[in-house]
Amino acid sequence: MDTIKFLWVVPFLPLVGAFLNLVLGRRLSRQTVHFLAVASVAASFFTALYLVVGPLREAHHVWAKGGKQGVFELSEHLWTWMQAGDFRVDMALRLDSLSAVMILIVTGCSTLIHIYSTGYMEHEPRYAAYFGYLNLFTGAMLVLVLGANMPVMFIGWEGVGLCSFLLIGFWFENEAYANAGRKAFVVNRIGDFAFLLGMFLLWWASHKYDGGKSLDFKMLREVSGTLVASGDRQVPLFEQTFWAREHLAAAAGILLFIGAAGKSAQLPLYVWLPDAMAGPTPVSALIHAATMVTAGVYMVARLSFLFAGSTTAMAVVATVGALTALTAAFMAFAQTDLKKVLAYSTVSQLGFMFVGVGTGNWSAGIFHLMTHAFFKAGLFLGAGSVMHGMDGSGDIRIMGGLKKYMPITRWTFLIYCLAIAGVPLTAGFFSKDEILAGAWAAHHQGWPAFYGKLLWGILTVAALGTAFYMWRLYFLVFEGEYRGKAQVDHPHESPRSMTGPLVVLAFLALVAGFIGIPHVIHVKGTLGDILHFFPEWIGLSTKPMEMHLATGTTWLLLGVASAVGLTGIGLAWWLYGKGPSPLVEKWTAGPLHGAYEASKNKLWVDEVYEVVFVKPFRALARGTFEIVDRFMIDTVVVNGVGFATQTFSRIASWVQNGQVQRYLVGIVLGAAAIFLWTSRGDHPSFAYKEVPGGIEFRAQPGHGIRRDAPVQWDFDGDGQPDPGETSPVVVKRAGDVASRVTLFIGDEVFGAIDKRGEPKERRRVTRRVNLPSVTAPAEGGAQ
Amino acid sequence: MPSLQSIFTEVGFGHFLVLGAVLFAIGVAGVLMRRNTLIIMMSIELMLNAANLTILTFARMHGDLGGHSFAMIVMAVAAAEVAVGLAIVVAIFRGRRHVDVERMNLLKH
Repeated sequence: MDTIKFLWVVPFLPLVGAFLNLVLGRRLSRQTVHFLAVASVAASFFTALYLVVGPLREAHHVWAKGGKQGVFELSEHLWTWMQAGDFRVDMALRLDSLSAVMILIVTGCSTLIHIYSTGYMEHEPRYAAYFGYLNLFTGAMLVLVLGANMPVMFIGWEGVGLCSFLLIGFWFENEAYANAGRKAFVVNRIGDFAFLLGMFLLWWASHKYDGGKSLDFKMLREVSGTLVASGDRQVPLFEQTFWAREHLAAAAGILLFIGAAGKSAQLPLYVWLPDAMAGPTPVSALIHAATMVTAGVYMVARLSFLFAGSTTAMAVVATVGALTALTAAFMAFAQTDLKKVLAYSTVSQLGFMFVGVGTGNWSAGIFHLMTHAFFKAGLFLGAGSVMHGMDGSGDIRIMGGLKKYMPITRWTFLIYCLAIAGVPLTAGFFSKDEILAGAWAAHHQGWPAFYGKLLWGILTVAALGTAFYMWRLYFLVFEGEYRGKAQVDHPHESPRSMTGPLVVLAFLALVAGFIGIPHVIHVKGTLGDILHFFPEWIGLSTKPMEMHLATGTTWLLLGVASAVGLTGIGLAWWLYGKGPSPLVEKWTAGPLHGAYEASKNKLWVDEVYEVVFVKPFRALARGTFEIVDRFMIDTVVVNGVGFATQTFSRIASWVQNGQVQRYLVGIVLGAAAIFLWTSRGDHPSFAYKEVPGGIEFRAQPGHGIRRDAPVQWDFDGDGQPDPGETSPVVVKRAGDVASRVTLFIGDEVFGAIDKRGEPKERRRVTRRVNLPSVTAPAEGGAQ
Repeated sequence: MPSLQSIFTEVGFGHFLVLGAVLFAIGVAGVLMRRNTLIIMMSIELMLNAANLTILTFARMHGDLGGHSFAMIVMAVAAAEVAVGLAIVVAIFRGRRHVDVERMNLLKH
């Protein structure tokens, strides 16, 4: 593996800009702030450009000359991030054909949008914070795409999520905007959780083979070919049987795809993206159109070898993508807010990309990612320019005829609309067609034969919808009569800092497609190398999948795609070409009323989520709060400790009241207790045991009775003292002892003494003698 | 009904001990309950004498003269203690015109 130096500079520069702007920004002048922000990102772009056309191209030559051995990539190991047992993660970056494309898109778009922001955010009080977040986002996104292993990628993944949250809720004084930020954050957490699980699963599967480079992409790709035993067969590592008798790759792939669905706004986690339009428009362009939301597509392409290991996972990706593309396109029809239309369009286009990567057509997905980054960022910036000229309003019902007032915005917007509608020879045409053709040709193991065609059908309908709603938007905004006299008197064109980026992006949206034209248009030589460059280039980093398409079919599909785009445009022109036609009014009130309402209310998805997820979750949270917090912690633990302490201290303080007499009570009670305790069980008795020659009896007078108190024994069991038996210790033969023996002890304390000094009162202790040698069954008076 | 004569002959060690215990209990109760320092001191004397009585009883019982000498020491100490104690009580009374223990709480506050 070859190494590359100074790759770290690419993400580092924007992070430095972010640091300076966020820490010192408030003390800097506005010129310094945006100079720092733009310069750091632009420097990052040029560094990236240099690294790609310099070292990377060099390495590619060397690699190609060396017989194309192994994986083509350059990497930079910075330091070991963490190590525990056989889990070891390096802080390492990696540049290969895929991440090279991504860093150019990210830094390029980011630079343009930073420049644009200097005009758009001109009057913003929190100028430095805005640029700081934007820089931070760029840095995080670069870490995401450059990370050489999944944990490093995850740093970027979470970093862009954070910046997205911060920038959606940038105007957090407005509660709805702040809520939109929170919604994005929470929905993304759901996806991220699945992403983490997928990561863990991959580590679990691969850690025995990874040679101390946990979750490294190159390592994962290499070990994906390792054969392991699964059942009675030897299969590649990620194709071992796992849950539901699927390959392990299915479980890991689907979990990771859920993460991607969160980040890239796919069904059913797309709901945050339309709300994310609450953020400033350049943010929507950069984060929610061009870069961050495509991270999921990038991740799937990056893990192509994993998804290729399970056609089930690929089917899930492709199906979700296709359904999202169609659903979001439908929702875009009836939106009246400029940015909302674009938001649903973004969701829909991301669906296209997922179909691309889900059908194993990795390069098409990334290709569309790139062209989409250009035209959708442009559309958002154009929308921002329109709103800038319309005093911040994004309501397309009050626009119309704006081409008169803002010519540059209009012409560039027109180009973007051509591109997204897939008009032939624009960037969107080539990339969308690649995806459609790939879907048509997709025929993976385990898929029904018609499945690829079905996906193609769904996408074609979605593409028709795309062309229609985008051109509806265009006509409503720029054509016809201006309808907003009452609201905004004089719409105006935006400053050059804003139109400049629009022009650059429009140029890219026109020509970017020419690096990946379909192979049926075969061109030879250097020109051909350029025209067919992209699929081959991305193919260097992804797992090749077989795809066969007859030349005739390809031409047919190209024709259909063009026709669909033009049909959509024509339909939009017919209905909205000169302002909304009366037909629209008639149809939405009449035959299409249900569909219109459904589209306008976004299929009531938010309402359904509210009832199904949000409300029960709130109730659960409320219940937990009441039971765990309020009751268990507040009442039982906190107040309980207080109550116990208080009670105990009340008792203690009653005792310790400073009066000697109360202490004396304690002394007296204590003394009495000691007396009772020590004198328990203290009463006269006697013990006996077997000794040679008989049984020994030993008197035990209790305390308080004189040790030499007179004793008498009754061994024959008649209840009377036996004459002469007055010794405290007596040895008797076993045969002379009855089963009950009585000891008489003279009690001098409570028994008076007669005149001869003999105690009148005696205590009797009678015990049953239980010894095997004592056989006499005598009870009292047996003899 | 025992005759007067028999009462004297019937008295054993136990009766002395019970008397001692009763006196001691009265003394304890006095110390714990009364507020007047003078009466508390009297109760203490009562307890001391109850103890003396018990010691002497056991001394008789065991025929041991050690108990007798111990009782003499107790009496001597009690006399000394009473002298000091009464002096303190008088001194307090001079200062405060009362000898109520509940109101002698300067150290408490």
